[in-house]
Amino acid sequence: MKYAYYPGCSLEKNAAAYGDSFKAIANILSQELVELDDWNCCGATEYFTLNLLPAYTLVARNLALIPKGLTDLAAPCSACYLNLYKTDHNMGLYPQLNSDINTALAEGKLSYAPGRVKVRHALDILVNDAGCEQIAAHVKRPLHGLRLAPYYGCLIVRPDHGFDNPEHPETLDRLLKALGATVVDYPLKAACCGGHIPQISPETAFVLIHELVATAVKREADAIVTLCPMCQLNLDGYQAQANNQFGTNYSIPVLYFTQMMGLAFGLAPKAMGFGQEFVSAQPLLDKLASPPPPEEEPKKKPQRSKKALPIPRKIETGDRDREGHEL
Amino acid sequence: MANEQHKVTFYNQVAAIPGGERIKLCLQCGTCGGSCPSGPDMDHTPREIFAMLMAGKQREVLRSNAFWFCVSCYYCVVRCPQQIPITDIMYQLKYLAIAAKQYTIDAKDWSETFVGQVENYGRSFELGLATQYYVTHHPLSGLRMGSMALGMLTRGRMPLLPTRIKDMNGLRAMLRKAKEIARQRDIEVGVQA
Repeated sequence: MKYAYYPGCSLEKNAAAYGDSFKAIANILSQELVELDDWNCCGATEYFTLNLLPAYTLVARNLALIPKGLTDLAAPCSACYLNLYKTDHNMGLYPQLNSDINTALAEGKLSYAPGRVKVRHALDILVNDAGCEQIAAHVKRPLHGLRLAPYYGCLIVRPDHGFDNPEHPETLDRLLKALGATVVDYPLKAACCGGHIPQISPETAFVLIHELVATAVKREADAIVTLCPMCQLNLDGYQAQANNQFGTNYSIPVLYFTQMMGLAFGLAPKAMGFGQEFVSAQPLLDKLASPPPPEEEPKKKPQRSKKALPIPRKIETGDRDREGHEL
Repeated sequence: MANEQHKVTFYNQVAAIPGGERIKLCLQCGTCGGSCPSGPDMDHTPREIFAMLMAGKQREVLRSNAFWFCVSCYYCVVRCPQQIPITDIMYQLKYLAIAAKQYTIDAKDWSETFVGQVENYGRSFELGLATQYYVTHHPLSGLRMGSMALGMLTRGRMPLLPTRIKDMNGLRAMLRKAKEIARQRDIEVGVQA
């Protein structure tokens, strides 16, 4: 399938590991990405703070640039994805907003009719369009033995974009399983990384970051797998400072799901952007390179002692007590 | 009577956003504050803010730190039994606090610096953003955050030069028009510039 592609500013440089690996994976799965010509920044969470209508207009310009004939827009950054999704959605819902935005767009000879395209996250198109079966069929180097914590963060699932549960998402879990990895039960999978709060109130942000990192480490994850450049930067780049604040010494790499797919598909780690992370992923690569330990025999369930009291069960019609009376 | 009028006006300014009319449906259940990752740092939880809003406490609302601590995670929005677009209301309160020059913490500087880059280039420019923000507003903590920027540079994660989009003139014209319309809408609900 062919998609309009909006990379967003992060993927150009800061999250180049995400951009490069996403493009490589989409290519392998025969998903053609047509990058929007002359796209602009989505405004992140900042422009909406300062002025609502210009913020919507900034986002809508990108929607207006989508070539005719393309019906789906792929956005890998969760913040871009939310902004694009929300703008399209709200333009459809609120006629006044729609007309105001289009009046502004007309100044640059552009226009956009809400609902013309479906805005979709990269995870959604890879897992739901290509499908886990096709993905599993491309796996050349299964991630056996790797314990991965699936981390969704906020904006891919909230408020509610309909492709996964807003509080208990599972799409990434299914994907990582298809790659052969062990998916760690990660209760904070949809919790917040703090977004731009490291710039506003670092102490607040480090509490959130520390909690996310500590939980993954305590559950013996080899890496936290993310799908958002903001989450990646906060958990990876500020991990040392969060450690400082709490006197801990955690060290867990934070990687993009597309990087893990690249590894499993047998692509070179360097081409997948490994090495650009603050907390090195080398231990994980070493673990993958060494042959996995033999599968442990599942331990036999301990037998109940014969002397144990009977397990209570629901009384059913026809049951009798020891003396033969019907219960 | 004048006071009553004043309450209604401020409420209308907040409720002017798409979906804002739902504020009045708030049940005061507190699910929003209980779901908020930065709730412990807020002087008033969103629930309290809505009660204050209904009571017309304009100054107290605008001087609250609550919306500046909002991380835009949308937990409150998905859990609100009345489907109030709380995150968008937090954005609107930031906007109104800046317009009324009533903000108590300087969190707007980051947003303004960011938007300044976008209005200049059409793209965000991290090095320029970080440098301008920390040098202008936080020279001391800039030293602490400098290690982060250096780490980004050495890992090739921060471009040294900004990228400018081709149709900057078109974008500028659109944003100018959008600001003009926004101003018009503000006047309709009595927001002072």
